Amino acid sequence: MVHLNITDRAGVEHVVEAQTGLSLMEAIREAGFDDLMALCGGCCSCATCHVYVDDGDGAFKAVSEDENDLLDSSDHRQANSRLSCQLVLTAAADGLRATIAPED
Amino acid sequence: MAQEDIFYDVLIVGGGHAGAQLAITLRQMGFAGSVAIVGAEHVPPYERPPLSKEYLSGAKSFERILIRPESFWGERNVAMILGERVMSVDPGKKRIVTASGRSMGYGSLVWAAGGSPRRLACAGSDASNIHVVRNLADVDAIAAALPQVTHVTIVGGGYIGLEAAAVMRKMDKAVTLLEVGPRLLGRVTGEALSAFVDEFHRAKGVDVRTATGLASFETQDGRVVAAVLDNGQRIATDMVIAGIGIVPEVGALQDAGASVANGVMVDACCRTSLPDIFAIGDCAASPNPWADGAHIRVESVQNANDQAKIVANLLMDVDKPVDAMPWFWSNQYDLKLQSVGLSMGHDLQLVRGDRATASFSILYLREGRLIAVDTVNRVKDYVQARALVAAGARLDASLAVDPDIALKDVVAAAA
Ligand SMILES: Cc1cc2nc3c(=O)[nH]c(=O)nc-3n(C[C@H](O)[C@H](O)[C@H](O)COP(=O)(O)OP(=O)(O)OC[C@H]3O[C@@H](n4cnc5c(N)ncnc54)[C@H](O)[C@@H]3O)c2cc1C
Ligand code: FES
Repeated sequence: MVHLNITDRAGVEHVVEAQTGLSLMEAIREAGFDDLMALCGGCCSCATCHVYVDDGDGAFKAVSEDENDLLDSSDHRQANSRLSCQLVLTAAADGLRATIAPED
Repeated sequence: MAQEDIFYDVLIVGGGHAGAQLAITLRQMGFAGSVAIVGAEHVPPYERPPLSKEYLSGAKSFERILIRPESFWGERNVAMILGERVMSVDPGKKRIVTASGRSMGYGSLVWAAGGSPRRLACAGSDASNIHVVRNLADVDAIAAALPQVTHVTIVGGGYIGLEAAAVMRKMDKAVTLLEVGPRLLGRVTGEALSAFVDEFHRAKGVDVRTATGLASFETQDGRVVAAVLDNGQRIATDMVIAGIGIVPEVGALQDAGASVANGVMVDACCRTSLPDIFAIGDCAASPNPWADGAHIRVESVQNANDQAKIVANLLMDVDKPVDAMPWFWSNQYDLKLQSVGLSMGHDLQLVRGDRATASFSILYLREGRLIAVDTVNRVKDYVQARALVAAGARLDASLAVDPDIALKDVVAAAA
């Protein structure tokens, strides 16, 4: 189990507990947030699981070419943008801060 | 009778992608009335695409494909009435009745019942080892039988059949895939993609038979032991998976007097011809702006979600257009297939990139404008095509076929 700090679209920060081995997208969904669409279910095909990793990006693999290309489809891309379905949680993700990006 | 008092402001029939998203969106938008989902399946809403992908292969458990955790629905005050099939609708009294005899009233009824898999009709088609891939229960039945199976016959060369074939090959099953049409994915994509997918599956060991129909099944003790083809050939097999499309689930609405053709006819706001009854998702035939306004059914997660949003806006009295540009994905082996737009009605197909490298796109144009794109392992093209298709961009065909020039840079100069 790791603890994550997730800020929803209303700007409210929530502390959620998540199981390692899941993706950050799954952890956010499992925690009952309703803003994250994640339409392709984590296939890296839709970019509707866009988050900003405010702190703790080091816990994850670097952005792949596909993820990078998909992030380009968002009008809200920032330097710390990631597709949460591509971020697999390990113990190193404990304390992560992430914000759900605005809907495109 | 107390039961007569059960009433929901919004009653959603079907807890699939469309129904679930509607309930989520209504609550997100602050809808204060009562909401219920009446669903024929016994489990809360889950994602269907993994059924022929990660769930079939065992890579993901059921919990991981739930659209929301089970507790979510109660927390959002959405009544989940599961294992109940709606059998009849009385549009005058605004009531529905379920198979177990429960009667419920509604303010608005949203029909989101999807479709049932079309069944094979040839002799022997009632055998117990013939499967379909639509519901969790279907896939659990396949998974339970697989350990005893060495050869699988897949009927239908559409996305679901091909995805199932890829998973079966990964599990080292022998696979024969029958497609009655001249090519794979013939209904939905251009020749170049069909040819590529055909070669790719063959290279992975699938025995692909196009332009081949089924004559009958040879059965023993109620089980298929061989498929007999229309050319007389006999293929010994111990499991059949049929992926030959769906029949929209609209019977109760049709009986109630709704206008039904291929699906429930709805307008651009997903209203049926009956008062306060809407239809969304796979079962609804709506005028599609990406198909020149023709009434079509689109079977995709995108369509289910966008139509849910359209109805949510309407019920909330929010006048906000929903950009429902069609898009789709499919995964087979390590291939990433993505599509945007609808290719029907194109007058020109351009192939961009080399099939041999397994990284190429097909551009579909009509009167010089880009209307749709299929991509294979070319996410960049997919992303750039979304903007171009949305804009109805005119492309310079001679530049567009050069895979080294970014798609966004091949827009033709204004005439
Ligand atoms: C195996 C498979 C793979 C797919 N892969 C992709 C993909 O990669 N990408 C993509 O975009 N799309 C894919 N799709 C299509 C996508 O899943 C559908 O378009 C989507 O599920 C449609 O949502 P829906 O809510 O309209 O219908 P469904 O999700 O089918 O939900 C309808 C629900 O209504 C219930 N129901 C039916 N009749 C009644 C009744 N009378 N009373 C109560 N409940 C009823 C059904 O049991 C079902 O649970 C796939 C579909 C399948 C089957
Ligand atoms: S869920 Fe679709 S890209 Fe992450």
